Amino acid sequence: MKAKSRNYYLIPYVLWIALFVITPIVLVVYYSFFNIEGDFSLENYQKFFTPVYLKMTLSSFWYALLITFFTLLIAYPTAYLLTKTKHKQLWLLLIIVPSWINLLLKAYAFIGIFGTYGAANKFLEVMGVGGKQILFTDFSFVFVSVYIFLPFMILPIFNALDELNPSFIDASKDLGASSWRTFSRVVFPLTLDGVKSGCQIVFIPALSLFMLTRLIAGNRVITLGTAIEQHFLVTQDWGMGATIAVFLIIFMVVIMLLTGRRKRGEMR
Amino acid sequence: MKNLIRALSLVLIVSFVLLYIVNRLNTAQGYTGEHTITVYNWGDYIDPELLEQFEDETGIKVIYETFDSNEAMLTKIEQGGTSYDIAVPSEYMIDKMKQEDLLLPIDHAQLPNLKNIDPRFLNLAFDENNEYSIPYFWGTVGILYHPDKVSDEIDFKQWDDLWHPSLKNDVLLVDGAREVIGFGLNSLEYSLNETDKGRLLEAKNKLDTLTPNIKAIVGDEIKLLMQNNEAAVAVLWSGTAQDAMWENESLEYMVPEEGSNLWFDNMVIPKTTKNREAAHQFINFMLDPKVAAQNAEYVGYSTPNKAALPHMDEETTSDERFYPDEEQTAKLEVYENLGKQMLAYYNELFLEFKMHRK
Repeated sequence: MKAKSRNYYLIPYVLWIALFVITPIVLVVYYSFFNIEGDFSLENYQKFFTPVYLKMTLSSFWYALLITFFTLLIAYPTAYLLTKTKHKQLWLLLIIVPSWINLLLKAYAFIGIFGTYGAANKFLEVMGVGGKQILFTDFSFVFVSVYIFLPFMILPIFNALDELNPSFIDASKDLGASSWRTFSRVVFPLTLDGVKSGCQIVFIPALSLFMLTRLIAGNRVITLGTAIEQHFLVTQDWGMGATIAVFLIIFMVVIMLLTGRRKRGEMR
Repeated sequence: MKNLIRALSLVLIVSFVLLYIVNRLNTAQGYTGEHTITVYNWGDYIDPELLEQFEDETGIKVIYETFDSNEAMLTKIEQGGTSYDIAVPSEYMIDKMKQEDLLLPIDHAQLPNLKNIDPRFLNLAFDENNEYSIPYFWGTVGILYHPDKVSDEIDFKQWDDLWHPSLKNDVLLVDGAREVIGFGLNSLEYSLNETDKGRLLEAKNKLDTLTPNIKAIVGDEIKLLMQNNEAAVAVLWSGTAQDAMWENESLEYMVPEEGSNLWFDNMVIPKTTKNREAAHQFINFMLDPKVAAQNAEYVGYSTPNKAALPHMDEETTSDERFYPDEEQTAKLEVYENLGKQMLAYYNELFLEFKMHRK
């Protein structure tokens, strides 16, 4: 009786997964087998392995890597310092607040800041460096992406650091390890799971960014996300769009497997 | 468990109350079945006062929804979730919607104001005898530039002026495959509706050499960027250019002489309509000279309504950049629906062109 009623509680969950997770993926895979004329074929998969799409895939990976790298570079020390502050929850909140603001609004704000006559260039001029083109460059694209993804990287790392048992650090120091050695041999390995989930949360969406490529990079950066958008909205070649999406899903699964947690016991 | 049920029932109650309030509000404002029409138009493409005037005159409530691309509009109408009574697609899309049997024929007898439209803009290839569509606005694709930031050697009478070395990193392009590949074709004196792959490739290769001059390929932001002097030159639609010129008077607009695109946005009645008569009333209302004049002054695009011109600012209507005469429009081409395959090829080339690095 009890086991049965527990099964009923699963119904909404199963329905949800079936309707909103499994069905869409199946549909995406299904559509990917139809060419632009609506005939069943493997044409799209062939097309994906032409230089255009391979180049696009490479550049997507390259930018996603850059973004993840810089996000991590900034997020780890920030999270580390946060755990040392007095009111950590307050500081954490301040870091999360910007992520409540709509992405598009932030992108438009950056158009103003990075523009030829924007605040960033005024600052450079005052500093004596002189005006530079910032908007529509690789730099601005990576900068804005890092800014947007930062909270998502900081949170898991912060949690990992926060849960770190301080007695390990004391032990390490008692045994004569330098600060750097303590960090590299004790703190960092113990927070690796936080770093990994942070990287996943950043890398995977970064692969398929599309709005920023136009607004901030002026279409000078083309990612797989841009191509999907174009195929669905402009060309109406749903098959090709779906094929690119299938490859993105495959890439993401591979990344998840590679960065997945090794031991089950360390879930938290 | 108890808490869960309590929370769930609270959510349910709140949703029902909200639903009821929305329902009541709609009835109170007259948004029910027969007395409403749903108009589906481009963003910022009508003077909102006119919608109120229409409501006052006819007692029909207007639900106004907007889209930002022809393709997005097509998708929503195909799905048929909302009963749109009026939509305003561009010419090649009208052709496509006709082929997909998404439009209802328009009864000209119900449109006494149709006589106001300039015959130049009637009976065009994409919709012969205007069986399914009535012109709303028209315009061109051209070059918007800051005269004082551009060297005197360049006057933009030719598309080739965009390739001038002095414009390094100073050109913005609108993010549209047909527009960009189109001016590439025009600069080679080919047709905008070229379907020969060799010639298209030639145009794409020529565009690749423009890359050093291109600052960015953007969407609607192009207007803002030009107003703020972010770049010296932009390739865009005449209406966007006009908007930017209102804000920044130092800007100039030019349609190169080799030819360019002549585009139309026409009003159509989609199959999803539930109120065909009111849709006709709306179209007829928009064709009224005074209404069309007011709308054109608000939106800034060129009106096809000949009778409206005397009601408008003379400075606007005598401006040949936005109201070119017949001789000039003869050189312009209307996009034809080239079919999915060709459109995909255009987009493929455009994607490759975007990926071409400096």
